[in-house]
Amino acid sequence: MTETDGSPLVTRGLTKRFRGGQVAVDSVDLEVPAGSVFGFLGPNGSGKTTTIRMVLGLIAPTSGEVQLLGQPMPKASLRVLPHVGALVEGPAFYPFWSGQANLLRFDAADRTADPRTRKARAGEALERVGLSNAAGKKVRAYSLGMKQRLAIAVALMQRRDLLVLDEPTNGLDPQGTREVRNLIRELADDGTTIFTSTHLLAEVEQVCTHAAVMSRGRLIRQSSMTELRAELRPRLIVRTPDVTKAAETLQSLGVTDLRTVGETVEGDAGDLPIDKFAAGLVAADVRIHGFGLERPSLEEAFVALTGEGFDVAE
Amino acid sequence: MSPSSAVAEAAIARPSAGRHTLALFKSELQLVFGRVRTWVLLGVLAAVPVLIGVAIKLSGAEGGAEGFLGQIAGNGLFLIVASLGLSLPFFLPTAVTVISGESLAGESSLGTLRNLLTAPAGRSRLLAAKMVALAIFCLAATLTIWVAGLIVGFILFPVGDVLLLSGSTISLGEGLLRALAIAVVIALSLLGLAGIGLFVSSLTSTPLAAMAATFGTFIVLGIMSAIPQIDVIHPWLLMYGWTSFADLLRDPPYWDAIGRNLLLQAGYLAVFYAAAWARITSRDIV
Repeated sequence: MTETDGSPLVTRGLTKRFRGGQVAVDSVDLEVPAGSVFGFLGPNGSGKTTTIRMVLGLIAPTSGEVQLLGQPMPKASLRVLPHVGALVEGPAFYPFWSGQANLLRFDAADRTADPRTRKARAGEALERVGLSNAAGKKVRAYSLGMKQRLAIAVALMQRRDLLVLDEPTNGLDPQGTREVRNLIRELADDGTTIFTSTHLLAEVEQVCTHAAVMSRGRLIRQSSMTELRAELRPRLIVRTPDVTKAAETLQSLGVTDLRTVGETVEGDAGDLPIDKFAAGLVAADVRIHGFGLERPSLEEAFVALTGEGFDVAE
Repeated sequence: MSPSSAVAEAAIARPSAGRHTLALFKSELQLVFGRVRTWVLLGVLAAVPVLIGVAIKLSGAEGGAEGFLGQIAGNGLFLIVASLGLSLPFFLPTAVTVISGESLAGESSLGTLRNLLTAPAGRSRLLAAKMVALAIFCLAATLTIWVAGLIVGFILFPVGDVLLLSGSTISLGEGLLRALAIAVVIALSLLGLAGIGLFVSSLTSTPLAAMAATFGTFIVLGIMSAIPQIDVIHPWLLMYGWTSFADLLRDPPYWDAIGRNLLLQAGYLAVFYAAAWARITSRDIV
């Protein structure tokens, strides 16, 4: 455990082969730093949920190991899981019960949860996800977004060291998505480590400090967002009707990897100062309609990594 | 600070840690008895004494019925015993099948099993809570008949001292106690079936399939009990000793057959509970 000290979630060679022989998760080595907001990325079917199920002890790995809060899973489930809030694969509730009654039941299942504060904690959790007004309503009458919020409320019934959230913004409208993002930020500020799977890249770009990318059961990348962003070199974009002249000028000024698309010339400006290019283009009598640096989106980086974009893996 | 010591400290910081094992059992009872379905089942069982009582009242004092049924017109107390006896072959097993089939498969189909296990409920403890709730349902079912039989019997028929099968007479109060003992023995007789239902329910995530399979098993055992060529195995079949409850109406009660039946039920329960445990503790929960 020496090299993993302090990391609330570590997997080593984690592998799951289903009975049909299909390998859903293939030797995954995750290491989630304490205090991070860790985005677990990948297309649908890439093995994210299967990994999360193994992490939480719901399914047994074919090989490999999981250390959760420094303890081996699934052996330490009963000791560790009270400190871990989880939302696995979509919200699941008793439809014939109210949202509050559902929270109370799942809290009662945790023997470390204090029954005297149960109602109060449920009230706070519902408040936090904006469901106070629907607390007494049967879950049957909830919208998907409301169920998703309730599922997050389950994870918030106690103060947790780690939150494992599987697609937390699934089914939420843009407003709800923003609220969940803010909630994640707040929780992270309180010191909770957050491990969240998603296939929405915008979420990762906005809240995550770290990210890992899964593709076809394999972990193909994991690093801090700072590192990831640094690799995405900004490109110089010039919109002009005089494309040929612009390209020649830029090349003479040291821009490499030049490409012309319609009325746009783009290229890799490296570390050169961009004002130099603007001045150079003006001096060469190039008419400029638009000029600037553009950072490639995470999505483009993602496509480069997985080579498949966000379609379902086959 | 290493994470393990962080966990240990957090556990200490919660003064109540580990003291609320029973909360899940209570919650389980709320789940079983907080559903309309359960009350419909109990309502159907409560209707049994009503139907029998009214039928006998309308057909006149001497309907020509034998056994407990024939004694109802003379003493309303026998309505309790007759209703329990008549519910045993079909109504009670149906109710137990529905509730036991739902127990684990229902959680599985809703997906709530995931939430319970990550809470964490602990797989063994969850199974125990399910079984305890099932046993309490069995008792609630037979007590429902006892209460309904008592009310209807006292309203429709004369009541008084009870003439036992062995010819002696006991007071009405003791008669009621004997009837209560019969309700308890019948509830215990249902535990073997409840164990089968719990096991089947651990195999699937479709409650209806679990109910059908459990009831199918019950029917097959019933058919086997009716085939004389295999009477060697009859004493080991689930329902072999079910009618032994009548021995409580002797003076003094015969305990032999009742004890044997309860042992057999305990055997069935132990085997199928162990199988359910082996299944639930090793199963991948998706």
